[in-house]
Amino acid sequence: MRSDPALRVEEIGKRYWVNRERPASTLGEALTRSLTRRPGRRGSGDEFWALRDISFELSRGEALGLIGRNGAGKSTLLRLISRITAPTTGRIFAFGRVATLLEVGTGFHPELSGRENVFLNGAILGMRRHEIQRKLDAIVEFSGVSAFLDEPVKHYSSGMHVRLAFSVAAHLESDLLLVDEVLAVGDADFQRKCMGKMQHVAGEGRAVVFVSHNLNAVQRLCTRALLVESGRLEMDGAPGAVAARYLERWGPAQTGGTAVIGDEVARVGDGRARIRRVTLTDLSGTELTAVHFGQAFRVRMQIDVFEPVPEAVFEVGIASADGDRLATAQSIDAERPTTPLAPGAHAVEATLRMTLLPGEYALTVGVHRRNGITLDYVEGVLGFSALNVAESGSDHYPWRGVRGYIRPDSVWSAPVAADPPPSPAIR
Amino acid sequence: MSAPADNRPAHTIVPPSGWPLPDLRELWGYRDLVYFLARRDIAVRYRQTVIGAAWAIVQPVAFATVLGLFLTLFGRVPTEGVPYAVFALAGMSVWLFVSGSLSSTATSTVASSALVRKVYFPRLVIPLAAIIPSIVDFLVALVVLFVAMAIFGVAPSGNIVALPGVFLLAVLVAFGAGLWLSALVVRYRDIQHVVPFLVQVGLFVSPVLYQLDLIPERFQAVYSLNPMVGVLEGFRWAVLGTSPPGELLLIPLTVGALLLISGLVFFTRAETTFADEV
Repeated sequence: MRSDPALRVEEIGKRYWVNRERPASTLGEALTRSLTRRPGRRGSGDEFWALRDISFELSRGEALGLIGRNGAGKSTLLRLISRITAPTTGRIFAFGRVATLLEVGTGFHPELSGRENVFLNGAILGMRRHEIQRKLDAIVEFSGVSAFLDEPVKHYSSGMHVRLAFSVAAHLESDLLLVDEVLAVGDADFQRKCMGKMQHVAGEGRAVVFVSHNLNAVQRLCTRALLVESGRLEMDGAPGAVAARYLERWGPAQTGGTAVIGDEVARVGDGRARIRRVTLTDLSGTELTAVHFGQAFRVRMQIDVFEPVPEAVFEVGIASADGDRLATAQSIDAERPTTPLAPGAHAVEATLRMTLLPGEYALTVGVHRRNGITLDYVEGVLGFSALNVAESGSDHYPWRGVRGYIRPDSVWSAPVAADPPPSPAIR
Repeated sequence: MSAPADNRPAHTIVPPSGWPLPDLRELWGYRDLVYFLARRDIAVRYRQTVIGAAWAIVQPVAFATVLGLFLTLFGRVPTEGVPYAVFALAGMSVWLFVSGSLSSTATSTVASSALVRKVYFPRLVIPLAAIIPSIVDFLVALVVLFVAMAIFGVAPSGNIVALPGVFLLAVLVAFGAGLWLSALVVRYRDIQHVVPFLVQVGLFVSPVLYQLDLIPERFQAVYSLNPMVGVLEGFRWAVLGTSPPGELLLIPLTVGALLLISGLVFFTRAETTFADEV
């Protein structure tokens, strides 16, 4: 099983210094400091281990997902494996050619033509000139920008730009492909292409390491996942199990009912108001932990206001379990007026109607002023499920899951006989 | 498509320690990147400026003309019989190469920060690619010089066979110093402002527009420690047949070699933290 390694990481650590006297950034500063520093006192500080004791091995044919919160160390790990930055401790063995894709189109220059950029970008990714030349037709065809190949890329649309850049990277032959959140850019079509290419790479017996916030993508694409937390390797296992652990730990603090938001909760805002409680109820006021298919629900906020707020705006956001915002409702939507708030305790309720597809969701709440200043804002304060059955029990999907998050209202015509497609495909 | 399994790692990543030597073999594998980066810089420069390629011609000619007029008006400079315009143009073409490559290599690492943070390649590629446009400019300036010589009726000397050697000395000095500066600039940004100053002062403390003989004899030894003295005297000897530089050439050779070797070692040590600092 492990006889054909692609990557071996042994007790890797990366240390940074924080609160340390910042290293001199100019020569002048360095000189004055060395003249004024008291002898025997080296600029000390607190060490911060962005990564500590990370060990794992990856075989050919595996696609490994790195899961973790922002700042957990996923990207640092990727940068160490790709040799962009050096580790403080440990060793990494890479077997074969490593290709890194931290962004699409690194080094693209707007003044150069598409063709020139293909060569430049290919060389930056580590390809030789003859290798790029050999693949040029395939790259251009995959990108779909052949008509503009000799135009400067500054005249390209951003979509064309991304397609051409990804196309170069996709044709890089590597034994180990490192990808970081590239999928966050580009349209759905591009993302699909990108995912397909990565699956193809793993299927060919090469290896992929993929960093993403998108738990769905990791579960779909990867054969294995690592959970990185505060620089340490927390779990190594099947993507589903690792994603579940991540959600268990970092999903909403509470599911359903009323969430009490203490002062220790991370929030954004100038503090002139504080949201104390958030409750999810049905229209009769009964607390809910799950909404039925298509069921309207109510979000109730209790707010302490400390200073008068002339023009308050309330916000309720709905996000997927992995944190992507799906919908936002604000009290001034459809030109409804703002509300003045006097100091004291207030409660406000929003009634929302939408059909969420079965799955896990989280509520975000906020109070702002009309001029854009945020008084208080708490993300992912309350989790809830959307069930695969309507309240009446009549409307439900026969499948285990449905892709996506939201079901639009739709009207379908009855199928009618149509003309056959022109010229049947060969064979 | 992928090579049969080979259980030896293709590369091993360990924490940096001591004074590592540059991996020249790996660098050789990235020679195409040097080429494409240099090509990008040349193409972009010529496409963005209105006069484009003419810039490489206009610059030395303008400098030589203005300074030539100035010096002709205010005092005669001995040139061993070479018309002053040709004499000054020869000096300027070498000087513009050295000062241009010094400035471009010194700032190259910081200018490439977007690349350095996002992808791995041997960082030495950056200063190497940065010096190439200056070499191209020099070749254009050389053609201009030969045209000027034809116009003023100056025949190239037989020493011209030594020209490539003298030019290599200029490359050695410029790249050695540029390498040091490019690694230092990453840590100390104010070095960037030192370079133009260095270039300005250098123009006057090097025999660009005058000959070494103009310097009083007792100061010549100290003056010649400037490696550009040997390079400039050597260049004019090779092209115009002025007095031979002799052992003066040993100074740029020694200084250049020392700068290059120490620069390579310093750069290789510094490059491990580039991505954290640029």
